[in-house]
Amino acid sequence: MDIHEYQAKEILRDFGVAVPEGGLAYSPEQAAYRARELGGEKWIVKAQVHAGGRGKAGGVKLCDSDSEIQDAAADMLGRKLVTHQTGPEGKGVYRLYVERAVPIAREIYLGFVLDRSTQRVMIVASGEGGMEIEDISAESPDSIVRAVVEPAIGLLGFQAREIAFKLGIEPALTAQMVRTLKGCYRAFRDLDATMVEVNPLVITGDAKIVALDAKMTFDDNSMFRHPNISELRDKSQEDPRESHAQDRGLSYVGLDGNIGCIVNGAGLAMATMDTIKLAGGEPANFLDIGGGATPERVAKAFRLVKSDANVQAILVNIFAGINRCDWVAEGVVQVLRDEPCDIPVIVRLSGTNVEEGQKILAESGLPIIRAATLKEAADRSVAAWKNDAEALKAVT
Amino acid sequence: MSILLHTDTKVIVQGITGRMASFHTREMIDYGTNVVGGVVPGKGGQVVEGVPVFDTVKDAVLATGAEASLVFVPPPFAADSIMEAADGGIRYCVCITDGIPAQDMMRVKRYMYRYPRDKRMILTGPNCAGTISPGQALLGIMPGHIYDKGPVGIVGRSGTLGYEAASQLKDLGIGVSTSVGIGGDPINGSSFKDILALFEQDEATEVICLIGEIGGPQEAEAAAYIRDHVTKPVVAYIAGLTAPKGRTMGHAGAIISAFGESASEKVEILSSAGVTVSEHPATIGETVARVMG
Repeated sequence: MDIHEYQAKEILRDFGVAVPEGGLAYSPEQAAYRARELGGEKWIVKAQVHAGGRGKAGGVKLCDSDSEIQDAAADMLGRKLVTHQTGPEGKGVYRLYVERAVPIAREIYLGFVLDRSTQRVMIVASGEGGMEIEDISAESPDSIVRAVVEPAIGLLGFQAREIAFKLGIEPALTAQMVRTLKGCYRAFRDLDATMVEVNPLVITGDAKIVALDAKMTFDDNSMFRHPNISELRDKSQEDPRESHAQDRGLSYVGLDGNIGCIVNGAGLAMATMDTIKLAGGEPANFLDIGGGATPERVAKAFRLVKSDANVQAILVNIFAGINRCDWVAEGVVQVLRDEPCDIPVIVRLSGTNVEEGQKILAESGLPIIRAATLKEAADRSVAAWKNDAEALKAVT
Repeated sequence: MSILLHTDTKVIVQGITGRMASFHTREMIDYGTNVVGGVVPGKGGQVVEGVPVFDTVKDAVLATGAEASLVFVPPPFAADSIMEAADGGIRYCVCITDGIPAQDMMRVKRYMYRYPRDKRMILTGPNCAGTISPGQALLGIMPGHIYDKGPVGIVGRSGTLGYEAASQLKDLGIGVSTSVGIGGDPINGSSFKDILALFEQDEATEVICLIGEIGGPQEAEAAAYIRDHVTKPVVAYIAGLTAPKGRTMGHAGAIISAFGESASEKVEILSSAGVTVSEHPATIGETVARVMG
């Protein structure tokens, strides 16, 4: 789960990391009021969206007057911000964060990630702050400093000092840097983050180390023990179909193709998408109905996939272990009876209670195209989608 | 033989009184698995599916001589149960639970290192379908009837995709020595490499079938290990050719976040290590058959 910049900064501040003073605004007038409250001569107006690359997309603006702040805020609020991380549809801007501008002497990149190779928390830092980490790795890989934290001990003082010295931070600022690193690590560990990124971390003109931007991602699996964090979920930043699915216990990712997929198991769901592609089609979505799916859950999944206007055929592919083919068949038949649809439906069933499932489909009298294997299922789906009677005949 | 699990392996089920756990305990017993007990704190003395329930893993091991454990405990408590198994003298543990916090698994891995290598428990999973040595024993939730006994060792992340592979093999009359699920989580007990090492030593395994997916470094690490240490032929399939970058595809670990983590990059890395890759998920069985000659 992602949170907004201003929320991440609030959290990090509680863990001893210095952040600029700022205030949240929902309107241009409020943005200007926040700036007056903060005082100073220059302010930054920042669009709060769950994506990086805001600066280049026009989501961050340096202002030096009341009217400039109002104009910048009016321009950002309510619009879709398209950055290289949002996809072409962009993310809606509904909140702004206004900060007092800070004189920057130096920019540093600082990231904490769950490293899957060492299976530990890894700190990644570079003196080339302000750039994306992907660009830093490509352009100046030698500038990157790494340290792995021993989970039973935590981040040690010498590790933090080593990072500070390798980044060339002057000795007078080492203590501030150690406090920043330890604060970020404790926030990561105590709140079950999977990523903390401070980019840039800046050294100001008056020799302070301050987190100018901050991003935190949390482990969805740990939200049961962090109610304060799970409250920060902002559905306006999510794909509405995906939030809808998540609230119903389904794992769904929307894509751009035309063949909707309903599958059990994440691996088989990805393989099903791949098979559709290899058969000459494009999958419309990833969808895992999970284990022990009831006819009701199958029907919900079916409605969700059908609600995508791009979907022109639906493939149900089930290899039941912990699931039951008869329940899946019942779900499909039930939803097609209640809400007949004019797009082709292809069903492949295998595993637990497959005979019962096939019988339910056959006796329903509905025009369901059946398939015995994964390949057959994909070939028939693509043929049916292309409305290709010849091809359908050839494969059946 | 087979790896990890044999006819006589004594098995306990942690969390045995749960609905799903007791159902799958019955399935495992029916398959022929030597289930000797269960563990649920506070329910010691009960009997479930004909086997005694104990309060602690230590009690269960002392009374039954259990060597293997299946963890069927809800996510908030699963990591604790795995560590209890490691401390209680269990040698092989499969954790089925999906949804364990990643940092809990980090602590589990760290905790297991307190035991010297020869006393350290082997863990597979979490978030997996389990392990089966066909014709001998089943420690997990997979449908046993889709596996025939034979010379192919299967190791994969995904449960249902593993079923797909096993049934393709069965349709071609090819059986399986052992099939091991390592699970779909970012931090898991055993990696592909760990299981490949066991298959390489196993006399019953002639060909190894590796089923990977997008996300994480373990397929690339497996490729390097295969190149340097595995003499048996390896067939692989990697799911997620059509998966977009930066999105989690169902499994918590199935997300492309770095170079080398996409399906096409993994296919290339494995191919260059001498692995025969089935590009199509429907031809995993055929590819194994071709490699076997």
